[in-house]
Amino acid sequence: MTAAASTKTGARPARAGRRPPVAWVGTVPFLAYTGVFLLLPTGIVIWNAFKGNTGGWTFANITGLNTGLVRSAFVGSLELCVISSVVGAILGAILAYAVASGDPDGLIRRLYIAASGVLAQFGGVTLAFAFLAAIGPTSGILFHASWFYDFPWGIAVIYCYFQIPLMTLVFLPAIDGLRIQWREAAENLGGSTWQYWRHVGAPLLAPAFLGATLLLFANALSAFATIEAWEDQISYVVPQSISTSLISEVGLANVHEGDALAAGMIVMVVIVMSGYFLLQRRAARWQR
Amino acid sequence: MSALVKAAKSEGTLNVIALPNDWANYGTIIKDFTAKYGIKVNSIAPSDSSAQEVTQIEQKKGTSLAADVLDVGGSVATASTSLFAPYKVATWASIPAGLKDPSGLYFGDYGGYMSVGYNSAKFGTITSLSQLLGSKFKSAVALNGNPTEANAALNGVMMANLAEGGTASSIADGVNFFHKLKAAGNYVPVQATPATIKAGTTPVVFNWDYLNTAAVVGQSASTWKVYIPSNATLGGFYFQAINKDAPHPAAARLWEEFLFSQAAVGGQNLWLEGGARPSEQAAMTSNGSINKTAAAALPPVMGTPIFLTQAQATAAATYLAANWAKAIS
Repeated sequence: MTAAASTKTGARPARAGRRPPVAWVGTVPFLAYTGVFLLLPTGIVIWNAFKGNTGGWTFANITGLNTGLVRSAFVGSLELCVISSVVGAILGAILAYAVASGDPDGLIRRLYIAASGVLAQFGGVTLAFAFLAAIGPTSGILFHASWFYDFPWGIAVIYCYFQIPLMTLVFLPAIDGLRIQWREAAENLGGSTWQYWRHVGAPLLAPAFLGATLLLFANALSAFATIEAWEDQISYVVPQSISTSLISEVGLANVHEGDALAAGMIVMVVIVMSGYFLLQRRAARWQR
Repeated sequence: MSALVKAAKSEGTLNVIALPNDWANYGTIIKDFTAKYGIKVNSIAPSDSSAQEVTQIEQKKGTSLAADVLDVGGSVATASTSLFAPYKVATWASIPAGLKDPSGLYFGDYGGYMSVGYNSAKFGTITSLSQLLGSKFKSAVALNGNPTEANAALNGVMMANLAEGGTASSIADGVNFFHKLKAAGNYVPVQATPATIKAGTTPVVFNWDYLNTAAVVGQSASTWKVYIPSNATLGGFYFQAINKDAPHPAAARLWEEFLFSQAAVGGQNLWLEGGARPSEQAAMTSNGSINKTAAAALPPVMGTPIFLTQAQATAAATYLAANWAKAIS
């Protein structure tokens, strides 16, 4: 994801005239890498989504997506991603602000960043099992949470465990970029705290906030191991449906249907990204 | 046989796939095979499903990494015969006719009965499945996997179906049983493993009896009991098959000979020691080669065993695909 980076560049005037003609060579490793490991697999997935199990081309995999089960998996993915990314983004941003307003070289800040770095990557089976042991309906040590298996809230709580630290990490640089002088200027002009945030702080942070929220959304969309360990008996989200289409040993496996589901996820990401760019353009209007 | 041993030894390695060490005594079987023939066993992806085994031999075809032998459920075995090499082990005649493909493409290796494993100190003695709907079993009952994916879980639902008065041709009553279980708050939607049993998350488990033994789930044999309903005695077998493009074809065949050997340290008795019922059990009981202690330790089976036909299993899977998620959400 380059969301955080793209928020910073804005519209810088190109220096086309003075750029040496070989400068593009520097982008070759990047383009080659994304080509082989992003564009090529995406192309293969979409290509295979139109292939039949006995060879030849077919739309059956795509039309096969129009069932209640598949629809509910896509709705489930959307619900879980929106809830966990919005809750994670808001709480993470508040925490990032709290950390940023402390001593920039202080022990607390360093501890906090180090811990966030670890926790943002702490997902999967271990995390699900830790929650199960702590607040599971029968095995909870802290308390027995009966809502634990309610989708999407039970699993959203678990996802927030890594979403909040991730948000804190990616959003902290944006908050650090807020200069104290801007606040002083607002106060000198008689602005209240609310007016400062409404007219200065929020517009400045909005692009970074949206970008970070999108990152969390994509993070939640692709997560599989955590929700599979939390509950594997129903395919609540699309990655679980893909898993069923690949591993079912009772006769329901259909690899190309899995490709079609994956293609559906790509479409979902494209829609969200497009929405993000529209919002981003609006939010970052002042930068131009 | 000695030529086969020689050829297998010169290959030196055998690739097996989807064989967990704690499943039907496979950990010991692999160790004993290596000890006997000096052939290294490379165990690939122990927790894969039958469908993934087939995908693996297709994807790794022509490389030395492909699995040589498969241990798969009935649906996958019958659907994938084009990938198998026919082979008949020396004890072929001892395998019941219903458990083998006449040309030797796949053949039944071991099986068991669907059962309920539970802690009798906590729940008392279970004598019928309908007891599980009672308030004593709050957040307690779990399956081994998702029934639209895993054979063992599908058969767990089918066992409930039979106990509720359904027939093997329709699994609807079983799905309804789990719907009631969920409504009563007794259903735990987590895949039961020895770890979840130890943690107390899944204290009552539907699983094959050989995966539900006290030894496998790591519980005390004095309190962990295995119940097989007499009105729903549902059996199931797994099948061996040899990859026709096996990178180690001789080792693959020697492995099958070892698995179907009736010797004291042969696959059939080793499976039995792990709580599974080997396919040659009847023949071995009459010729006296069976390990009698291990046979006596199997959980008692009272009812008339039922085995799903391929058509019944497919009908059940189709029904589950459409109705399972609705029933338990």
